[in-house]
Order: sequence, then C-alpha cells, then structure tokens
Amino acid sequence: MADSAGAPRPSSSVKLVLLGEAAVGKSSLVLRFVNNDFQENKEPTIGAAFLTQKCNLPTRTIKFEIWDTAGQERFASLAPMYYRNAQAALVVYDLTKPTSLIKAKHWVAELQRQASPGIVIALVGNKLDLTNASAAAAAGGNSEDEDEEGESGGVSGGGDESGDARKVSTDEAKTYAEEESLLFFETSAKTGHNVSEVFTAIANAIPETSLKSTRGPGASNAVSRGGDEQRVNLTGPRGDAAKDSCAC
Amino acid sequence: MEEISPNYDVIVLGTGLTECILSGVLSVKGKKVLHIDRNDHYGGEAASVNLETLFKKYGNYQEGTKPWEAYGRPADWNIDLVPKLLMSSGELTNILVSTDVTRYLEFKQVAGSYVQQGTGSKATVAKVPSDAAEALKSPLMGIFEKRRMKSFIEWVGTFDVKDVASHKGLDMNSCTMKEVYEKFGLEPGTRDFIGHAMALYLDDSYIDAPGKAPETIDRIRLYGNSVARYGKSPYIYPLYGLGELPQGFARLSAIYGGTYMLNANIDEILYDGAKATGIKATMTGIEPEMKFETKAPMILGDPSYFPDKVKVVGHVLRAICILKHPLAGTNDSDSCQLIIPQSQVGRKNDVYIACVSSAHNVCPKGYYVAIVSTIAETSANHHLELQPGIDRLGKIEEQFMGPPIPIYEPLDNGTNDNVFISKSYDATSHFETTTDDVQDIYRRCTGEELKVEGLREGVQMTEE
Repeated sequence: MADSAGAPRPSSSVKLVLLGEAAVGKSSLVLRFVNNDFQENKEPTIGAAFLTQKCNLPTRTIKFEIWDTAGQERFASLAPMYYRNAQAALVVYDLTKPTSLIKAKHWVAELQRQASPGIVIALVGNKLDLTNASAAAAAGGNSEDEDEEGESGGVSGGGDESGDARKVSTDEAKTYAEEESLLFFETSAKTGHNVSEVFTAIANAIPETSLKSTRGPGASNAVSRGGDEQRVNLTGPRGDAAKDSCAC
Repeated sequence: MEEISPNYDVIVLGTGLTECILSGVLSVKGKKVLHIDRNDHYGGEAASVNLETLFKKYGNYQEGTKPWEAYGRPADWNIDLVPKLLMSSGELTNILVSTDVTRYLEFKQVAGSYVQQGTGSKATVAKVPSDAAEALKSPLMGIFEKRRMKSFIEWVGTFDVKDVASHKGLDMNSCTMKEVYEKFGLEPGTRDFIGHAMALYLDDSYIDAPGKAPETIDRIRLYGNSVARYGKSPYIYPLYGLGELPQGFARLSAIYGGTYMLNANIDEILYDGAKATGIKATMTGIEPEMKFETKAPMILGDPSYFPDKVKVVGHVLRAICILKHPLAGTNDSDSCQLIIPQSQVGRKNDVYIACVSSAHNVCPKGYYVAIVSTIAETSANHHLELQPGIDRLGKIEEQFMGPPIPIYEPLDNGTNDNVFISKSYDATSHFETTTDDVQDIYRRCTGEELKVEGLREGVQMTEE
C-alpha cells in the first residue's frame, strides 16, 4: 500500500458517503476536492466504483473512498450497502433552496438510524458563490473548467448578477448542526471556497481508534476482527494497482 | 419526487441477483434501464434479512412477544433466505471481477467443505479431498481406494475432451460416468462423494446418462480449481450475507444510468397484441402515491411478477437454524458446507447444510446460522426429509421452516411476448445455475452472447 512519497505515515482508508437532494452540488464538491489540488490523480471514469483522494494530516494520511449515490436516492432506493461501514458522510444542501435543507435533515436522521454509531457527519451548504457572502469569500481559482452535468456548482441557482440568492441563513443551519453534533461548512464548489477545508475537518474528526489500515470497504467494521486471514482479494494485484492510482 | 421517463430500453422487475446482474450488464452496455421492486428492500427471494424480519416472515412466535430481542440487535443479523455459496473460480466470481463490483463487497473463504458417510449414530463427517494429496490422507477411503482415487483425480487434471489419447480408451461422447468410475475401479462410497460433494450433483441421474462424463469432469475441475484458488474450500462468501450481491450489481447499474425504484407495485403489464410494451405501476411508501406508466420494448423479471407465464418444476425444503456452536466434525469451522449424499440416508436427493457465522458479519459473535435444504420428494412430513441434516446440528436455538418453496421456470423463452423471465433459485449450493440463467436470458433478449471479460473497458460515461 505504500505510495511513492514514501513517508512512513500511517495511512487509513475511510469510506465517505454523499447525501443530499439532486442538484445541490454533491458531485461538484467531490470533483472540486479531487481535481483541484490533485488533478492528474483523478480516477479514470465517473463510472468507477468510487472516487478516492488522500488527505494528508500531520500525523497520518486519510484516504477517502468517496461514494456517490449514483442517483439511487431519487426514488428512495438507496441500498443498505451504501451506508454500511461509512465512517463519514457529507450531507449537502443548496443555500438558495430551503427545501434542500429539509431534505438534508432527513438524510441526517437516516444516517443516525442506519449508519455506524461513530460516523462523522458534515453538513454542507453549497453554492455560496450565489450569495453576497461570496464577495467576502476568498474566491480563488478557476471556475469554468470542471462544472459537470446538471448538478453543477452554482450556475443553476436563482440569483441575478448582483443580488443575494441566499434563502437559508448561516445561523439557522449552524444551530441545527450544533444540535446534532455535525460539522458545518458553507462552500462553493464553483470557486473552491471551503471545499478542501470540509474534507480536512472530516479527516481530523475521525477518531483514531476507528481507523484501520486494512484495505477495502467494510475494513472498518467493528463486529468481527477475528479470522482476517480468511479474507480474499478477488481482484488480486489489479485491484491494488487501481486503489493506489491516486497516490499524492 | 422526480419524473419517470416515458420510455426505457428495458424494464426489470424484481431485484433478485439474476435481475440485478442483468440490469448492471445492460446498463454498462448503454441500455436505459428502469429497475423496480415491489418490496422495500433489494434482493427479492435472494435477500438477506434481519432476525426480526425472519421471525415475522415465518410467524413462529406468540403475538405480543419479541423473541428476537434475546439475540442482540436485529440489525446485526443478515440471514440469507437462499443458502448458496460462491465457487471461487466460478462464473459469478468472473462477473464480479470484470464488472468491478468486487470493490463494493468483501469476501471471505468458507472454511471447509465436508461430506457425511454413513447414517445415524455411525455417521462420520470428513473433509472432501480436493486434490491427489488430500485424497491420500482422507479417512473416507481405504488404502487401496486412496490410490485409485489419486489416479482418478490426476486423470481428471490431464483430461482433454479433444485429445482422444487422454480418454483412457473410452468413447467420451457416449459413455456414461459409470463406465468411467468402473475404469478406475472406484467403490460406490467414493463415487458418492465424487459425484455429490465434488461434481455437486444433487441426485444420481448423471451416472447412467450417456455422454455426461465430460460435464462431470468439468464440474470436478471447477471444484478443484476453486479449492486451489484460496486453499481451504472451493467457496467464498460475502461479508454481511448474500443480499449484498444484488445490491452491488444494482449500484453498478445505477452508476451507468439505471433508475431504481423500490416499493413500487406493478398494476398492469401493457401489451400490444402478444408483445409486452410497458407497465403501469404505483410507487407506494410516499405521500401521495405516485402512479405512472412507461414503455419499453422488453421486460425482464423474476417469476413472481408473471404468475401466469411460469410453471412449477419442483419444491425445495429449507430450515434456517440459529446455533451457538459450530457443526460437529468440522474442526470448529466458522463456516462450512456439509453434504449428506442421498444414498447415505435413503433418499433420491442430497441434503445440504450451509453454515456461516459472525466471522462473516451475518450474526453477533458466538452465533452460527445453518440452513438445511433438500429437494422435496414427498407431499407431506417435510420435516422428516430434512431430519438427516437437522440431526447434524446439535442444539438448535431457533428454527425457521416454512412450507415447501416452489421452484419456477418460465413457460416460454420470451421471443413471442418480449417478456424474459428468470428461474427461481434452485437447490444447488452455488450460483453456477444462476449465472447460466443470466447468460441464457441475456442471449434471448439481446440476441448476443454475454461476454463479461473486459465488459467495462472502452465504455465511456456520458457525464465525462
């Protein structure tokens, strides 16, 4: 599993699931995170099982395995497998669309019901670029290069050029996040504002004890640690190569 | 709630494994798939359920009591409704690897494959020898028989159907397996475990069927190759139960654009003359219910969606048992298959036991889930038919056994009505017949052979 950077820093895989209403920018946030700093390391296709990205902390490296819903949330048909062993979740809403926060609260409740007890949940209000706050925000970086499909980072919002399209106040969402012990951020996938901060904060919040260096989904489960020698890797070296392709 | 498109290329009904593999493959091939299940969960007949659901399904508890509460969190249980294991060199493994669905799942070896000899108090259980070296150590055979078995297994390894020189003077196109056994002088007991525990035939009809020998040899090889792959047994098993498999393929389909909808009742299949053209359905579990109609030139589904287009070809008996100990005689294996060949217990069909445990995250620590199954041979007293298997289990904490489960097959191949129906999950202990059915349905509905190797290579995603 060692990558060429070679630092003997412990590295752990963390399964992170994305949740939120359609078109709030879930995919854009991930693509911004995965592409922005580490463009050449993006997985070859969107059709991949999940995107992976490493996050280097002072004492360890977290490798996120980021699972997109693949649209299965549309008709309430997400499989239990999706939540299984997720150690982190990104619940996204659109700052310009109050109903998307209601939906986000629904997902938080669903995670609290279905996911592992120790899951780290981050509530993220996206499309900050459509609000007045975006002027104050450090709008760094390019904006045109990687907006994709309908779920793009902001252009679809309702605000006119100068107006403030914000419909969900920071206080409202923040208060809710504090009540539920969620991490909270407002981001713009379009400008990149706060995006890497979200992932870094999640990485920092994952308890050291829940990290395992075992590879693969389900590696973190606490139900049974015995008999691991019986685990089999069906893909052999091929799978390992793919997994390490995003070394950074 | 979003809109359903007025047209799809394929509508798939039921989220059993067969349907989900087909849905995944068709989506990867660029077909626009709508995949519906009437249940609120994936897997249909092949789902894994928690203990509370299992009690409620079988109804074997008193109203007002909650017997499942004695067994830890219900959610820690993932109990298969269909007891099967994956051959580690089998076709399902190939499909999982070529579609990358392996990345959503984790597998463990099943710790052992065992066979019973004798019956009642004289019954012994022994590991099935998988290669020549193991055959020489097996307690199943006497010293001379071991040598004959060794030479048989070595011959199986070198046999080439095209090379007459490897046929030992037999005409492999027409000879029976019986003649092959006689050629090697193998005893009845040895034939029993070769045919039933290695070739995994459920009855003895293969022995006298002319021309069956090459198929039998292929099956023995699949067994041997599967054992050789990881070492302990020919089988692997997904953590959290078999219900993960359909979920994995459903995700594959969704990633390639497939639309998923659970909780949806099919109100009507629409026809134009004999040809199916679409469905009317209602998505429930939401307020208000969503009624919709959509068209597709073909409809795939499991037998439960087409009761007037299928026939019953047999019945399977199953008892799901919760234990607190491993099976006796299996070296305390955390998982195993134990086959009781029919001849040993005076039956026509074998009795199978599949046992998994907390090592596979299907139950809390300390528990084992053993499923005893066989093909029904009588019309009553079915529990007696399973008894030879139940006898192997020792103390049973809970037992779930319903009426015989009908096995369905479609009446037609689908070319007349554009309706392509899968077969029920049969009594075999693995998924080879399931993947045969997948290949067969794919061939019938697309007119092409399904080639899974390299399936995802060269397929570009539309979003990119």
